[in-house]
Amino acid sequence: MLSLFKKTKMLENKMDDFLDHTSESSMVFYEAVKHYFLGTEAEFKSQVAKIYTLEHEADTLRREIENQLYTETLIPESRGDVLALLENTDNVINQVKGTIADFEIERPEIPPEYTDGFLKLTGFSGQAVDKMVKSIRAFIRNPQGVKDWLHKVYFYEKEADNTAENLKRKIFQSDLPLAQKNHIRYFLRQIDSVADRAEDVADRLAIYTIKRSI
Amino acid sequence: MLILFYLSSGLFLGWSLGANDAANVFGTAVSTKMVRFKTAAIIASIFVVLGAVSMGGGASATLGKLGAVDMIAGAFVVALSAGFVVYTMVRLGLPVSTSQAIVGAIMGWSFFSGTLVDYSALIKIVTSWIAGPILAMIFSLLIYYIFQKLTQKIHVHIFRIDLYTRIGLIVVGAFGAYSLGANNVANVMGVFVPVSPFKTIDFFGLMQFNSTQQLFLLGGLAIAVGIMTYSGKVMETVGAGIVKLTPQAALVVVLAHSIVLFLFASQGLHDWMRSLGLPGIPLVPISSSQLVIGAVVGIGMVHGGRNIQYATLVRIGLGWVYTPVAAALIAFFALFFMQNVFSQPVHQQVPFEFSLEVRDKLNEKSITIPKSLWKYQYPTAVACRRALLDEASMDHSELAIVMEYAKVELLKLQDPERFVQAAVKDLTPEQINAVVALEGETYRHRWQLGEALRAESDSWQITDPGQTSQRENELNLVCEIIHRQMNLKSP
Repeated sequence: MLSLFKKTKMLENKMDDFLDHTSESSMVFYEAVKHYFLGTEAEFKSQVAKIYTLEHEADTLRREIENQLYTETLIPESRGDVLALLENTDNVINQVKGTIADFEIERPEIPPEYTDGFLKLTGFSGQAVDKMVKSIRAFIRNPQGVKDWLHKVYFYEKEADNTAENLKRKIFQSDLPLAQKNHIRYFLRQIDSVADRAEDVADRLAIYTIKRSI
Repeated sequence: MLILFYLSSGLFLGWSLGANDAANVFGTAVSTKMVRFKTAAIIASIFVVLGAVSMGGGASATLGKLGAVDMIAGAFVVALSAGFVVYTMVRLGLPVSTSQAIVGAIMGWSFFSGTLVDYSALIKIVTSWIAGPILAMIFSLLIYYIFQKLTQKIHVHIFRIDLYTRIGLIVVGAFGAYSLGANNVANVMGVFVPVSPFKTIDFFGLMQFNSTQQLFLLGGLAIAVGIMTYSGKVMETVGAGIVKLTPQAALVVVLAHSIVLFLFASQGLHDWMRSLGLPGIPLVPISSSQLVIGAVVGIGMVHGGRNIQYATLVRIGLGWVYTPVAAALIAFFALFFMQNVFSQPVHQQVPFEFSLEVRDKLNEKSITIPKSLWKYQYPTAVACRRALLDEASMDHSELAIVMEYAKVELLKLQDPERFVQAAVKDLTPEQINAVVALEGETYRHRWQLGEALRAESDSWQITDPGQTSQRENELNLVCEIIHRQMNLKSP
């Protein structure tokens, strides 16, 4: 009996750790993009390394949680939902890591007049992820509280979309060569996709919450 | 060996009860894999037996009042008919309850043997069948509501809820199995209680294990075998059957079901309520499956009454009618065959007579018997009652008194040593000595034995009116032991 309580506590801790990693990755994401635009290479590299570690650790945690849920047949009625939630949250971290990796490898040349716009966009995406993590935390402890966070996720996602669209318009109206325009557009879409992934999780959460309350 | 054969029908009934009803307790827990079948089966088996042995008596006594089947071959047929009805209904996929089948079968026996049906007991039983599911509905509604409010207030982690639910399902399941054993063993073994072939076993004077408890142990074991061998399959289907429940809802359903089963089986609670001047909850075997349905409806009501399948409820309501009727008819015809084809007596001939002693005794109570009935003997209670209703004008309570005094039952203490053994726990030494002093004497009526005992010892006197029912129970016990000894010796 005692070991059951211990096991449950460990699983709860792993779930919290996983969400901490997700939340932290959104903050590191912003820092990494900021240092890229500032041109502070050492700091940028250090943030990139952090993202890699966070993504790797989150993967391990997710697999351990999934294994335990299956082998011990835990939460039978919402196991599928929680597993899908974990996978989708993992997609968010993967998207963050992928974007930063692309920055590091492709080194896009972005004129300084777009820096503010990019940082604003990254900020909104990061906020969407942060609110998504809060809504998951609510889902696992207090399903009634989920909707308080969901609308915030939707808000930041929308803001990110608008910002990305405005930036895109400006870029394509500029005199930059088409190849560069396309390259910059790719990075806009990558950063915006982080918020889209967070929105995907929020959409699922809305359904799972209704399921849990029936 | 023959005794075991006769008991086999009860054991079959027990087996089918275990196979079917354990799913009411552990069905969802097992089908959702919250609890392993092996764990569920072991816990259910242990607690069913415990409940049956420690608390089975109350509900069984009510069935006894409805019709005390007084020959073992009769009890065999009654249990077999009930078992047959349950088995057939299950095969046909119709909702069925062991409780309703056995009550129907006992009624069939009463009609066949001409024994008077105690309609007050019958009404008590039928009302309980209706009240049981309603109570289960109310309990589940309340518990579910509180449960919902609590989980909204206290924010518990989803994994922790899972752990608590698992522990809850096991604890509540154990309670459910205990209550099921306590309430429903009467269905399985109740009819054999008056004809129990077992003797009281004494454990070094520290503890006694009486014949009824031994019967209930056997019944409990039969239920346990049903659980171990067949309930797994039923759990897999029932768990996802009526309504797909979440483990938390299942916990509430099982708890509500178990509380109601317990209420209808607890002698202690019954006595306590009576002592407070409240009407005691009748101790009646009720259908565990119908309680579950009541409880599920309760949860449905918390959600505003949607998703309730009213057609299913009507089908269950019909089950209340056709199960006892089918069982009564089958028992009636089966008893006829047992008696006339296999030449086995299925009931004792209990004649009624208005001898001069009976007439004088009734006169003392200022009840007069019309002259036309004097010295007549009637072969059955029904015949005697009919004669009284035709010839004499008396109210219901007078009729009951007359029937009680006119009943003929030969009582002769033949084996004082065994009597002492059987009665030592329930009677005082003075009372036992008084009975033993009457060794060899024969009495035609129960009240005559009572008078002889009062004459023999002060310990049998009724000094204040509060003692009346106690003395009555003690006299009934003496008669029961004497009957059992006479039955064993007579063949």
